[in-house]
Amino acid sequence: MSFDATFQNKRFNSVGTRPLRPDGIDKVTGRARYGADFNMPGQLVARVLRSPHAHARIKGIDTSKAEAVKGVKAIVTAADMPDLTDGDEALFAILDNCMAREKAMYDGHAVAAVAAIDESSAKAALKLIKVDYEVLPHVVDVDAAMMADAPVLNDTIFTQGVEPAPSKPSNVANRSEFGHGDVDAGFAKADIIVERSYKTEQAHQGYIEPHACVASCNADGTADLWVCTQGHFVYRQNCADLLGLEASKLRVTSSEIGGGFGGKTHVWAEPVALALSRKAGRPVKLIMSREEVFRASGPTSATSIDVKIGATKDGKITAAEATLRYTSGPYPDMWAELGAMTAFAPYDLENVKTVGFEVVVNRPKVAAYRAPSAPMAAFAAESAVDELAKEIGMDPVDFRIANVAKEGTRSSYGPVYGPIGIGPTLDAAKAHPHMSAPLGPNQGRGMACGFWFNFGGQTCTDLNISADGTVTIAVGTVDVGGSRASLSLIVAEELGIEYSDVKAVIADTSTLGYNDMTDGSRGTFSTSMATISAARNAIEVMRQRAAIMWDIPLEHIYWEDGHAKAAGSKHGNRAPLSVKDIAAEAGNTGGPIAGHSELVADGAGVSFATHICDIEVDSETGSSRVVRYTVIQDAGKAVHPAYVEGQYQGGAAQGIGWALNEEYIYGDDGRLQNPGFLDYRIPVCSDLPMIDTQILEIPNPNHPYGVRGVGETSIVPPLAAIANAVSNAVGLRMSHIPLSPPRILAALNAAKT
Amino acid sequence: MRYERPQTIEDATALMAGAEANAFVLAGGTDLLVRMQSDAFEADLIVDIKAISGFDAITQTEDGFVIGAAVPSAALSEDAALVAAWPGVVEAANLIGSTQIQGRCTIVGNLCNASPAADSVPALVAADARAQIAGPAGTREVAIADVPTGPGKVSLSKGEIIEAVLLPKPEPRTADAYLRFIPRTEMDIAVVGAAVNLSLGDDGTISAARVALGAVAPKVLLVEEAAEALIGSNLDEAALEALAVACSNASNPIDDKRGTVEYRKEVAGVLARRAAQTAYARAGEN
Repeated sequence: MSFDATFQNKRFNSVGTRPLRPDGIDKVTGRARYGADFNMPGQLVARVLRSPHAHARIKGIDTSKAEAVKGVKAIVTAADMPDLTDGDEALFAILDNCMAREKAMYDGHAVAAVAAIDESSAKAALKLIKVDYEVLPHVVDVDAAMMADAPVLNDTIFTQGVEPAPSKPSNVANRSEFGHGDVDAGFAKADIIVERSYKTEQAHQGYIEPHACVASCNADGTADLWVCTQGHFVYRQNCADLLGLEASKLRVTSSEIGGGFGGKTHVWAEPVALALSRKAGRPVKLIMSREEVFRASGPTSATSIDVKIGATKDGKITAAEATLRYTSGPYPDMWAELGAMTAFAPYDLENVKTVGFEVVVNRPKVAAYRAPSAPMAAFAAESAVDELAKEIGMDPVDFRIANVAKEGTRSSYGPVYGPIGIGPTLDAAKAHPHMSAPLGPNQGRGMACGFWFNFGGQTCTDLNISADGTVTIAVGTVDVGGSRASLSLIVAEELGIEYSDVKAVIADTSTLGYNDMTDGSRGTFSTSMATISAARNAIEVMRQRAAIMWDIPLEHIYWEDGHAKAAGSKHGNRAPLSVKDIAAEAGNTGGPIAGHSELVADGAGVSFATHICDIEVDSETGSSRVVRYTVIQDAGKAVHPAYVEGQYQGGAAQGIGWALNEEYIYGDDGRLQNPGFLDYRIPVCSDLPMIDTQILEIPNPNHPYGVRGVGETSIVPPLAAIANAVSNAVGLRMSHIPLSPPRILAALNAAKT
Repeated sequence: MRYERPQTIEDATALMAGAEANAFVLAGGTDLLVRMQSDAFEADLIVDIKAISGFDAITQTEDGFVIGAAVPSAALSEDAALVAAWPGVVEAANLIGSTQIQGRCTIVGNLCNASPAADSVPALVAADARAQIAGPAGTREVAIADVPTGPGKVSLSKGEIIEAVLLPKPEPRTADAYLRFIPRTEMDIAVVGAAVNLSLGDDGTISAARVALGAVAPKVLLVEEAAEALIGSNLDEAALEALAVACSNASNPIDDKRGTVEYRKEVAGVLARRAAQTAYARAGEN
């Protein structure tokens, strides 16, 4: 049955309330089971040997001494993970990243792995594996990697997207371009032009739970994987493809997740754990240490971005142009392309052009990080917009409002917008008390806008009604931010039952159809759509059961306020049947009652936010503190407002850390200097003010309740908002993220001389 | 790995003296237990000194204070007499790590870990504290500044254990202060640390001073020129500027993940100025 997802304006009973999350008590009491909390009989401990070199040819690996260590049951290298990728370059990159084949491409690249009966045996074996490396020249900086004399990482990479095709290999994997109009003509009409270059350093998602899994390859050709992931169906497919398993014979169960933010959308160690288990014939548990997480998983791109924007004196942007260079780690990807698409998305521009360059470097393979690539692009674009407003002498909010995109605007990346929330977030910012609050000494205020596409995708959901009338909903999208609470609210809303009568669970890959992973802010958007559909299918079944119970025609029964009701005067004296009434008779009326739904959730509805922040800078030490922060974002419809606010605050908190202190620091030897939370400085609680939020609800026309995803956009504006605030506080334009104390003090000193 | 929990200092030093290699003293464990997580770390013997009588006590004597080697930092701030006498030492000890860490960590551990960035060490050096060391050959006392010899290295001989830190009884109108710079608000390691201890004469001029810096050299620095800049002054702008210049000049830091050479030199001067102002105000109230 096709499902009509069109927005219907209705009054809600459950949706929009703030009950406690069903997974909350287990999490705060320590009973929740995360990736490392699952155990199997006879399980082995796995440890991974990693390259100490940024770039090195692997001439040989001798595991013989390690194999002789008592307790060691299996050692795998690339030789145990043959290339089954059949020309699929993206899949090959995953394979090569999981276990280095010909070359180690970055400090921390896996080269071998051991499974042993205990930690100390595994550790002893690691030390006895002898890898013969030929150390090669390396490059970690994005601009240096683009130079003609840079060491070339992969001589099969010839820049795509340029005419004529280059004859020499380089570290630039691809060039992409977006925009419309004629930027040269636009700049000719400008009274004032701002042109500036920006850099951002590499940040890690910083999830508190390290990657962890238990893998078991069984004698009958089946396999099980218990893993912390954002997408167990995707992990199943990746692992099956890499190991030559049939997808349906690999059962993947997702654990609770201690943060992912995009970093757990990619397999890292899971195929290795399966390969070890296959070789050892026993289950294998693999937990990455924090150091391994930093060196070999996660990070987002480091970037170098040039922006040029021109405007007339009365505040109309005539042209905007940006060149964006993003690192992707050692393998080609499309991170710069996403940056190029998002940079100017909030604006209605007649002439716009963005060009993205994907650059390979000797750093870990870049993974998605919450609105991947957009925060850096927004940092550069919104810094230039702010500077331009200042040059023109306009208020930064008014200048943005004068150029804002609206319904019908052709976006800078192509599509024409439907109803969107950027204008309303700017209007709300203008009216917000924060915007007019007085600033203290040494303080500056900044604001910035952000955009993210959002995604829908494939979703499959089961809803089962028990004989007592309570309901279980089984979904295949991992709950990363409270979606079990939101989906329970939606079931309660549709069926007219209590929130407490609904139990939402994340089903494993063998008990439900395929679901895309929880990324692209799609979890609640897409799964709520499937849940509404499943609930309505269940209602249809309940109408049929009511017809049997009452022995009246189906078309005389309608559903209202959680009850089957008989229509018209003929049956009007019948007491309505509740879900409980109908469920109690299910055994006599046709068996269990269920609703199922599978769909592709289209029309996710783009998302916009505006952030405001106040920063205080100590000009003698370069230290800065966020003293006030406000997030204004369009949610379409906030199903569970407290968890929507949590997403807004979480994105802002991560953005603040990235903007002020977080960065990958490499030594001259290409080794990561700060693979730990001591020197990779995510904010601690006392670093942050209470982050104020304002939820706007501009309904998404493509969702029955108007829902838009909210998980990612909140990290897009902070880099720019904070840079604008610091720049206003110190009276200098800061163009290099993070704005660490040494960087701010050096800029202040440079301005003095 | 062997774990021992001796009841007497004699047993403790004998255990340490008899160990073949990889023997470690455990008090709060906030450094040791973290190091034990590392693949490269190997321990054969751990000697827990928390059960030794008197090691958990702060004792006020005629000469000053004796702080046992197992006294957690948090306990320092609960000793009113110690806080009144040496507020800078107490505030330094209570900047280490976080509230939870301070419930376990000790200033002797901070000293013996021998990190150039240790927070309590510059404050102890400025306060002219001494370490009381027990060993197979008996006990001895040394200046705090002579305990660390470089990053991760101390001057203790095999079998020696620091029993206590000895703080002198402060002269009248004396006070100290400690400041450190970290990019975060807590859970961090000093990029620069500065401690100032000064005494005022009857006329309000500074009659004595000790200035110590952390995280700007392989080990804690006692900066004589900085003290000279303060002595005889009323902490006027010229004295403060001379103090800052002396501290910046004395600093010999490295570029690393926590800060640059230029940054550390400059901020050493800034923090010394601010610490001097705090110590001066405190001394005036004494």
